[in-house]
Amino acid sequence: MRYIDPHVHMVSRTTDDYQRMAMAGCIAITEPAFWAGFDRSSAQGFYDYYRQLTEFEPRRAALFGIKHFTWLCINPKEADDPAFARDVIALIPDFLKCENVMGIGEIGLNKNTKNEKIILEEQIALAETYNQLVLVHTPHLEDKRKGTRLIMDALSASHIDPGRILIDHVEEHTVAEVLDRGFWAGMTLYPDTKMTPQRATDVIEMYGSERIWMNSAGDWGCSDPLAVPKARIEMARRGHQMTLIDKVTLENPKAFLSQSAKFVLESDPK
Amino acid sequence: MTDEKYSCPQTREQVIHLYFMEHRAKLLDVAAFLDRIDRARPVSDAVDFREAALKQAIQILIDGQAQRAKRVLDLLSDATTEIPQSAHGMKGASGAVRPAAGDAT
Repeated sequence: MRYIDPHVHMVSRTTDDYQRMAMAGCIAITEPAFWAGFDRSSAQGFYDYYRQLTEFEPRRAALFGIKHFTWLCINPKEADDPAFARDVIALIPDFLKCENVMGIGEIGLNKNTKNEKIILEEQIALAETYNQLVLVHTPHLEDKRKGTRLIMDALSASHIDPGRILIDHVEEHTVAEVLDRGFWAGMTLYPDTKMTPQRATDVIEMYGSERIWMNSAGDWGCSDPLAVPKARIEMARRGHQMTLIDKVTLENPKAFLSQSAKFVLESDPK
Repeated sequence: MTDEKYSCPQTREQVIHLYFMEHRAKLLDVAAFLDRIDRARPVSDAVDFREAALKQAIQILIDGQAQRAKRVLDLLSDATTEIPQSAHGMKGASGAVRPAAGDAT
């Protein structure tokens, strides 16, 4: 069994988790920049975080044969102060040259404010300027549907091909609109909020397996870095074919991420 | 959307066999939660907006119509179109739509 977890915050996880993921068949992860659970007090704090994502985490993952990729941005929760956010964004172009950086993410909205939207638009412009893939965070709970629509409108106003954008944390009330507008969709398997493996499998059955993936978004909260292999088991016990299971947990992530020339797996033919 | 009618590879009987115990337990959790609310002393006469939303959502579960999960999520979603300038002073997400100041709960 081989799978990719395309959204997991390993800076918040122990080395044991890398080992368990490798034992479960994880061959690669992508780690978006996110809110660390507290607001950083300076742009320098983000500089250090970006170094952790581009230097330290790839080495830690490699100890267990897992290829580590990352996405850089200022997350929406810390983007409500535009001046501060711009100081952080100014750091990003130099890091885009790093070999494990897939693009800009996870950008989006948190409380659906004008300030957050301004910074979202500026980071979309950054992705467009540097021809980067985009990974999008959508708000949680009651803010999700409204926020997802605001984000899609902002993305559609850019010239970025929607096929190069993945909108994450979709649920039953947002997945159809995301796919209908040509974007990729990510389902986050999270114990208390977001999706369970059972519901994610339901979504695959109802909306199909094109342009969709699953991830754990494992982080500092109650979360499960083994959520993707658990979803594979859920699909298998329902009787889904292994080709479908591999498609949504391995081949689809590879297809989206391979739009970046930097996404190369050791096992891929040269 | 794919052919939703029979998109699950299992028979109806197999689905019930596989998932009944799990969802029986979840249903009992909801029942016990509502009992717990009743047993807790209220601090005002107002019904909490989350409790009201939960009871509304429960009606969706038994109305016999499709897309229950989507419709529950829609019910629990903010339908406003206004965009505040800043998040400063805003409360965190609560899982249901918080009534605006002055609205009846």
